[in-house]
Amino acid sequence: MSVRALLWWLPAGAIALLASPPLRHALETSMTAQMLLQLPLLAVLGGLLAAALPTHVRTALARWDQGGCSGLLLASVTSLLWMLPRALDAGVDLPWVAGAKFLSLPLLVGMPLALSWPRMGFVLRGVVCMEAIASCFRLGWLFLATPQQLCSNYLLGDQQRLGYALLAIGGGVFVLLLGRLIGGRWTLPAGEARRPR
Amino acid sequence: MPNRLRTLLASLCIVAAGGAALWVATDGLRVFTTETARRVSIRATPRLLPDVALQDDAGARFALADLRGRWLLVDFIYTRCLSWCNVLGGDFAQLQQRLAAPLRDGSLRLLSISFDPAHDAPAELAAHKRRFGDHGIGWTAARPLDAAGLATLGHAFGLKVVEDGMGGYVHNASIALVDPSGRLVDVFDAGAPRQVAAAVQRRLAQ
Repeated sequence: MSVRALLWWLPAGAIALLASPPLRHALETSMTAQMLLQLPLLAVLGGLLAAALPTHVRTALARWDQGGCSGLLLASVTSLLWMLPRALDAGVDLPWVAGAKFLSLPLLVGMPLALSWPRMGFVLRGVVCMEAIASCFRLGWLFLATPQQLCSNYLLGDQQRLGYALLAIGGGVFVLLLGRLIGGRWTLPAGEARRPR
Repeated sequence: MPNRLRTLLASLCIVAAGGAALWVATDGLRVFTTETARRVSIRATPRLLPDVALQDDAGARFALADLRGRWLLVDFIYTRCLSWCNVLGGDFAQLQQRLAAPLRDGSLRLLSISFDPAHDAPAELAAHKRRFGDHGIGWTAARPLDAAGLATLGHAFGLKVVEDGMGGYVHNASIALVDPSGRLVDVFDAGAPRQVAAAVQRRLAQ
C-alpha cells in the first residue's frame, strides 16, 4: 500500500470507527464527551484527510481559496451549525442528522481548515485564534448561565461541567497565545513572507 | 477568471448556502433548542393524540379518548421524583384552585401521567396527589397499562426522559394543553401556574 493510500485510509477508517455504534454510544452519552472529544476528533481526522488529496486537486482548490478565505468561511459556517443545541440533540436522535454530522465535520470543517490555514496571512490567523477563544468563552458562559437544559438529551450538571471546561480551554489557549506574543518572534520567517499567496 | 474573483464567488456561495442551512435549522432564527422546536411545532400544527389504555389512581381502567369533550391539562411525572415533578405537582394543586369552576363543571380535567408505570401503581399515584394537597376536584393521576402505550404517548407528546445516573430521571417537565377534540394544542413551562390558568381561561372563554 502506498503512503498516499495509507494517508487516506487511516483517517477514513478512524472516522468510520467513531461512527460505529459502541464508540458513538460511549462519546454521545455525555454532552462534554461529544463536544470536546467526538466533534473535534472528527474535524482533526478531516484535517489529516486533506494530506491525502492528490496535488492536482489541491492546486485546483487553491484557485478558489485565495488567502484561505473560502475554506475558513466554510469551516466557520459548518461549525456554527453544530453549535446549535438542537443540532446536537438531532445528531443523537435522528440517523440522517448523525450521517450529516459524521460527514460534514471532517469534510466541511477539518479538511478546509487544514487546506486554508497555510494560505492565510498573519492577520487572518490572529482573527481565527481570537474567534476560537471568544467562542469557547461565549459557549462556556452560556452553558453556565442557563438554568435549564439546552439539550434535551443531556443533564444540567453535564452542561455546566462542559461550561467550565470550555472556559478553561479558552483561557488556556489565550495564555498560550499571550506567551507566544510576549516571548515569541514578531517577524515571520523569511520563507513564510515570500511564499506565494 | 482571476483567483481573487473565484474566491469571492466561492465565498458568496458558502455564505448563501450556510445562511440558508442556519435559517432552516433554526426555523427562521426562532428555534435553538429541541424543547422550543417541540413547542413551536405543536402550536403551529396541533397533534391528534393516540388512544392509549390507562389506569387511574383508584385502579380503574380507562382510555385517553374517553376524556374527549373537555379540555385537558396533562403533565408527565414519576412519583419517586425529587425535582421537577414536585414543581408540577404543586402547579396542579394550585391550578385546582385557580381553575376550580371549569374543573367542577367538567369542562376541564387535570391528568398526571406516570412514565415509570412499573413502580407507580394506583396507590403511589394516589399518594402523589395527596402529597401536593389535592383538593379533590378534577385531578386524575394515571399510568399507561403497557410499555407500547407509554412509548406511543411519549412520542405524541414529545416526552424526553434521561436517566440521571442516580436511579432517577430528568425529563422535559411541562404542562400540555389538549383541546376537547383530543388534539395537543399548547405546552407551558412548569412552575408558572398563573400563566397556565390565564391561557386556559382564554381558551374556555372563546
